[in-house]
Amino acid sequence: MSSFTSTTAVKRRGRRLPLLVRRRSMLGMLYVAPAAVLLGFFFLWPLLRTVYMSFFDRPILGASTFVGLQNYVDAFTDSEFGHAVLFTLSYTVITTPVLLAVGLGLAALVKRRTRAAKVFQTVYFVPVVIGLASASYLWVFIWQPDIGPLTDLLARMGIGDAGTNLFASRTAAFLIVLAMVVWKTAGLQMLLLLSGLQSIPEEVVEAAKIDGAGRWQTFRYITLPLLRPTLALVLVFSMAGSLLAFDQFYIMTAGGPDNSTITAVFEIYRTGFVQFHLGYASALSILLMLVLGAVSAVQMLLLRNSDD
Amino acid sequence: MTLQQTGTAADSPVPAPSTSRRTQRTARRRAYKYLPTGAWWVVSVCVAVLFLYPLYILLSQSLKSRSEAAQTPPTLVPHSLSFDNFAQLGSNAGGLSLTHSLGNSLFVTLSTTIITVIVTTMAGYAFAKLPFRGSKLAFFVTLITFMVPFQAIITPIYLTLNNIGLQNNLFGVTLVLTTFNLPFGIFLMRNSFAAIPPSLEEAAMIDGAGVFGAMWRVMLPNAIPGIVSTALLTFFAAWNDFFASLILITDQSKYTLPVSLGILSAGQNNAVDWGLLEAGVAVTVIPCVVIYLVLQKYYNAGLLSGAVK
Repeated sequence: MSSFTSTTAVKRRGRRLPLLVRRRSMLGMLYVAPAAVLLGFFFLWPLLRTVYMSFFDRPILGASTFVGLQNYVDAFTDSEFGHAVLFTLSYTVITTPVLLAVGLGLAALVKRRTRAAKVFQTVYFVPVVIGLASASYLWVFIWQPDIGPLTDLLARMGIGDAGTNLFASRTAAFLIVLAMVVWKTAGLQMLLLLSGLQSIPEEVVEAAKIDGAGRWQTFRYITLPLLRPTLALVLVFSMAGSLLAFDQFYIMTAGGPDNSTITAVFEIYRTGFVQFHLGYASALSILLMLVLGAVSAVQMLLLRNSDD
Repeated sequence: MTLQQTGTAADSPVPAPSTSRRTQRTARRRAYKYLPTGAWWVVSVCVAVLFLYPLYILLSQSLKSRSEAAQTPPTLVPHSLSFDNFAQLGSNAGGLSLTHSLGNSLFVTLSTTIITVIVTTMAGYAFAKLPFRGSKLAFFVTLITFMVPFQAIITPIYLTLNNIGLQNNLFGVTLVLTTFNLPFGIFLMRNSFAAIPPSLEEAAMIDGAGVFGAMWRVMLPNAIPGIVSTALLTFFAAWNDFFASLILITDQSKYTLPVSLGILSAGQNNAVDWGLLEAGVAVTVIPCVVIYLVLQKYYNAGLLSGAVK
């Protein structure tokens, strides 16, 4: 009886949907299938597994034991992880405004609609397409003691001594990494901000000027509010990038001196793949994801919807 | 509204007496300049020097002779151009052949790019033109995966690859890199297909082309800019990947270029061969710069279409 009704239901639905539409929707599912399989297997499944593993003490070999929330409790009392989190946060807090300021400056510089401005735009953007790892190897060389061209140049100008190992000082190492990151990513911020600036109608800016607004006032009350969606995006990009920083510190400072430049991802890497505490590393990963999600959500809320 | 009114009303009185169109336009342009032209050139060139300096150092260091590259203090301009550092890349110093790593990098990058382009084109086409029950939700879920960094789930990815025998395997790295390039690629491809007016496909089908014919002969050619953008962004991401290869590959002979360079930069017997290292970096960097300069239009379009949403 029930099977009878269900077949009529299918028939009726089949009659309502033309054959072509049904075929197209079948085809649609078929076309999405490869992407779905990959995302399911290498994204969704590992994601669920991270959550599951975070409740276990799991060495890379041997049996794992259920420990409940112990990994999370440990994370909050783990001074090494605490240091890594603090360092990552301070790195993010320092890098983000510097990148934004440089990006905005570059965007203002190349905003002219001339051929020269277009060329400069390309020049400033080129480091973006270079890998973070390659850029790191390059900058490590540039600042080497004795053989590094910039260490040498500064010494010739009477700043410092060519023999000093700058990577042995926490502050100097940090500044070098910061400079490298600015060099490598400011162009991306420039490009995004430029497209934001160019989408502001010229008439609006002109009108503000005629109404007697000064340069700063125009920027503050016209440009900045209209640029808000772009700013939100640029900030999310640079904050997410900074919170996930790994390559540059792994390569340039190896976390030193005295483990002072170990970032959160670096610490997760050490926990999981050097010390092989996979369960604990999973718990740290979950915490990192939560922080990232919260940061993006807060920024989107603050910068996107505050004009409603 | 009020702003617009003032804007249009203001159009004529701005450049005072002569209101030919050209003077109006130059006045408008001038309103945008933050600096007078002379100062603009000085600042732009100085900034350009700062941005190009590291690249110059890269080229000059890698083109020095082996002995000059190890010399302190460093020379600014190579005394004689030499390709010895590049020739040295293939030598098996310390069991590490960079030409071999280059081959590995090429394999991973090209296969990642090809698979990503095929998979995202299919999925993007389906999401734009072949709706099915739940396709909107599926697309939304795909976008959410943007939010989760793959660094955070690398541990179980490692274990999953281990289970299927693809850990320490270049194809395993390829599959992982492909997966993490899918969300943005699908997003790009869906948008490029959605931008093609439905009338174009309908016309093709009325002319007797089937669903497949319409896709191959009408839709695909129109989506080529999107495909190029997706391919480029994937290529750069895969070529420059460090983290995934570092963790998922354990065998030195299977290292990709960025990871091999790490071994080199750690040095042997406490001495880093800077000429060799920078030659390796140059080999990694130059293809990216050249490809970018040639296909800049597509690369920027891809980035911006993702940004503007």
